[in-house]
Amino acid sequence: MNAIEPITPSGATLKLYGVEVSSRLLLGTGQYPSPHVMASAVQAARAGIVTVSVRREAARANTGQRFFELIKSLGVRVMPNTAGSRTPREAIATAHMARELFGTDWIKLEVIGNDDTLQPDLFGLLEAATALRKDGFKVFPYTTEDLVAAERLVAAGCEVLMPWGAPIGTGRGLANRYALRSLRKYFTGVPLIIDAGIGAPSHAAEAMELGFDAVMLNTAVASAADPVRMAGAFAAAIDAGRTAYEAGLMEMRDMAAPSTPVAGTPFFDLDRS
Amino acid sequence: MQSEVANSTGIHVNGEATATTAVSLADLLVELGFAETAVATALNGEFVARHARTATQLSPGDHVEIVAPRQGG
Repeated sequence: MNAIEPITPSGATLKLYGVEVSSRLLLGTGQYPSPHVMASAVQAARAGIVTVSVRREAARANTGQRFFELIKSLGVRVMPNTAGSRTPREAIATAHMARELFGTDWIKLEVIGNDDTLQPDLFGLLEAATALRKDGFKVFPYTTEDLVAAERLVAAGCEVLMPWGAPIGTGRGLANRYALRSLRKYFTGVPLIIDAGIGAPSHAAEAMELGFDAVMLNTAVASAADPVRMAGAFAAAIDAGRTAYEAGLMEMRDMAAPSTPVAGTPFFDLDRS
Repeated sequence: MQSEVANSTGIHVNGEATATTAVSLADLLVELGFAETAVATALNGEFVARHARTATQLSPGDHVEIVAPRQGG
């Protein structure tokens, strides 16, 4: 039997700012029970990129350096964030400090506008993204599903967008499927990474089935009873979701359609009423 | 400026009121024990690159941030 080439919408490797990324799972490094568990989870997740942050350091503590050495030993790409920044000014200064510390111009840009929802301040985000792109950063903006904001971010030079699934740490999955689907359909050429709100592997699989390029998560793995096994579950779900997307999902329909052939059904000619 | 060494300056380091005899940001890092540590700095909300720390003078009331790598999501 001849092999039939599957029609793949986008079988190509994911490229972020020109860098080929082998894994479609980005993993956060916060909230794990121990550094050892974190390191094992990164490996089990087969994550290619991990997110990190900068925080105030106590004199002679050297906490940061020990953490960074552990991260470096994992052989993954590091993406610092600006988590906790509430203004463009704070985010910009944090990004610069992160670039110097981690030696990378990649930055997951967060400008938080609301303490309860940790919702991105889209106006501040755009301002900071514009400034940081001019300063040579590869900006990965943590944004909402807002299409106009996304357009402005792309116009400001962002080559990747990170729309939220749901607010950080809520584990609610894709809260606004319709808008996220629209965003995906609209930005065909822009890598879109679902960031935040992912609570279960099924959420991650759904994001991949919708055609998102990757998923970024942290709490769902870190706060699992067994983070390392959960990391593996997410890796499998993301593979499954991506493969399903490439294989081409069936269209949903309202009414049932028999999967067993109708022709030749026994008793078909009998009056069943 | 030698006579200023004895005078201490009131500044804020990572949000905490601190008295320092350091004249520059580089001096401050040594004084606080960060000489051997990989840290990044900001002064009054603006990033100060490693190479600019020696030339960055401290003034009373300054807010200094000293940060290091940390876990993040």
